[in-house]
Amino acid sequence: MTYVAFRMLIGDRAKYIGLLFAVAFSTFLLQNQTSIFSNLMKRAGNQIRDVTDADVWVMAPKTSYFDQTKALHETDLQKVRGVPGVDFAVRIFKGLPIANTPNGQFAACSVLGLDDATLLGAPRNMIQGDWQDLWQPNSVIIDKAGYMLLFPGEKLKLGRELELNDQLVKIVGISDALPAFTTFPLIHARFTEALNFQGRQRQQLSFVLARPSKGVSPEELALRISQTTGLKALTTAQFQWASVSYYLKNTGIPVNFGITVVVSIIVGLVVSGQTFYLFILENLKQFGALKAIGVTNGTMLGMVLFQSFLVWFIGVGFGTALSATFFNISPFVIALRHFILFWESAVGVAAFMLLVIALASSAGLIRVIRLQPAEVFR
Amino acid sequence: MNAVDCQKIEKSFGQGETQTKVLRGIDFTAAQGEMTFLVGPSGCGKTTLISIIAGLLGSDSGSVSLFGESLSSLSARDQILFRRRHLGFVFQQYNLLPALTAAENAAVPLFAAGMNRKLAVKKATDLLGALGIGHRADASPRLLSGGQQQRVALARALVHEPRLIICDEPTAALDHKSGESVMELLSSSAVHPDRAVVVVTHDNRVFHFAHRIAHMDDGVITHTESPTTQLSHH
Repeated sequence: MTYVAFRMLIGDRAKYIGLLFAVAFSTFLLQNQTSIFSNLMKRAGNQIRDVTDADVWVMAPKTSYFDQTKALHETDLQKVRGVPGVDFAVRIFKGLPIANTPNGQFAACSVLGLDDATLLGAPRNMIQGDWQDLWQPNSVIIDKAGYMLLFPGEKLKLGRELELNDQLVKIVGISDALPAFTTFPLIHARFTEALNFQGRQRQQLSFVLARPSKGVSPEELALRISQTTGLKALTTAQFQWASVSYYLKNTGIPVNFGITVVVSIIVGLVVSGQTFYLFILENLKQFGALKAIGVTNGTMLGMVLFQSFLVWFIGVGFGTALSATFFNISPFVIALRHFILFWESAVGVAAFMLLVIALASSAGLIRVIRLQPAEVFR
Repeated sequence: MNAVDCQKIEKSFGQGETQTKVLRGIDFTAAQGEMTFLVGPSGCGKTTLISIIAGLLGSDSGSVSLFGESLSSLSARDQILFRRRHLGFVFQQYNLLPALTAAENAAVPLFAAGMNRKLAVKKATDLLGALGIGHRADASPRLLSGGQQQRVALARALVHEPRLIICDEPTAALDHKSGESVMELLSSSAVHPDRAVVVVTHDNRVFHFAHRIAHMDDGVITHTESPTTQLSHH
């Protein structure tokens, strides 16, 4: 009877295509929106993730997220270095100066000033140049998206100059840094030079980066630093999540995406449910005839479930293919760089759509199960 | 042994003041090797009676035996399996599945019994050939005339070689010529010494195909007669 169920399903082309479209469209929207949302939120922690050299971030006690910093005292660096279990600790500066180009373009930039001696926190994914070139005087590394913003339509080329707070610097490298939530160009420089890009303040130490000694976990070290120095110390993962949480709690982004997700679910449920129900309603006489002939309710149930499964499988397949295509094309759009289709989103939405289709078909299924075969004579 | 043996069947629909008694102690038999017609005005209870005979509807009281087997002694599942194995149906509106070909429609009872699809379709195609529409075996029911659709429905009723065939107004949707042709086929292919055919019909133009005619009115069988007697009234 599986064959009969299959033929019944595809026999009504318009409804079949309508069902597939509803499921595929909902799947695409859900996968797309949940993945874009996750990618966007992930950006809130990308600058932290990009610093692969340190496991623990030390900051002012009330710091909520990466983009909100309060300068530490120079002595705080020494305090951290004195905590048992610290293998090394270096300073890092974070500023938001305006960068100007010779052709008049300008943009606020996120500048990270790295420890002069070690360059810990330098970008490791370079498109052009070498991160070690930062040891050259008046040099910076800029990310590709930032370069394209400041030098629109121009080829990537090293040696171009930028002016930051009256300081002329040369681009010695172009990085493929993970995009930040704020979309500012990301500039890496040495600590002592980066201080000059921003107006001088009394204290200019944004973070201390630390790595634990062998045998000490980052979580344990973060706790020790907090307890010993009174500063806030978080592991890289904890700091990323704190930054993501800040944007989740303090922006309307989750609500915006949430509404789209809910609408996608409703569209999927209503359209596929209604189409399924109409499909069964229009075939009720035929289902009645089958029951009269001696097809059991169990077989009927199997037929409807098979039809649901087939619609789910093909619809979700199409939807996922659309999502995969979108996320394969998105890297070519600079604003969407590094956006990926999360496998958790793909699998989660597929499983959720199975539930949606099960719900959608249940109304028709109940009608078939309750159908009195004697109705076929009326 | 009768193919169908109904004793004192009673059936009501509704409750309280809206209760309607549709069958009032019906006794009805259909013999093997015969085509028995059940005739009467609309609303007299014919459809309810054949639904009870087929096990599609339960009676309030009385008993139904098919080939000596009491339906009430079977579980609900066994009743379905009994129906699948021993009963064939021809409906007034054919009730063919538009998504299947004529041969596949005729093969549905074999599919339901779990027969291999190719074998089932082959058997159904052979039967369609015997009923004179083998050349339309691959056609969709939508492309068939009413007479051709009813032949496909007839093939569906016969393909699994059931012992009782129940036909509900098989000629009601057909013109006289097609109706005559379908009844001829029913008479020649369905009537068999160990098989019975029960036909519900209004169509007095086909009464001459019956071996026996049971007249119903207001929930009771008023009289039973042979077609020669019936014809002599006209």
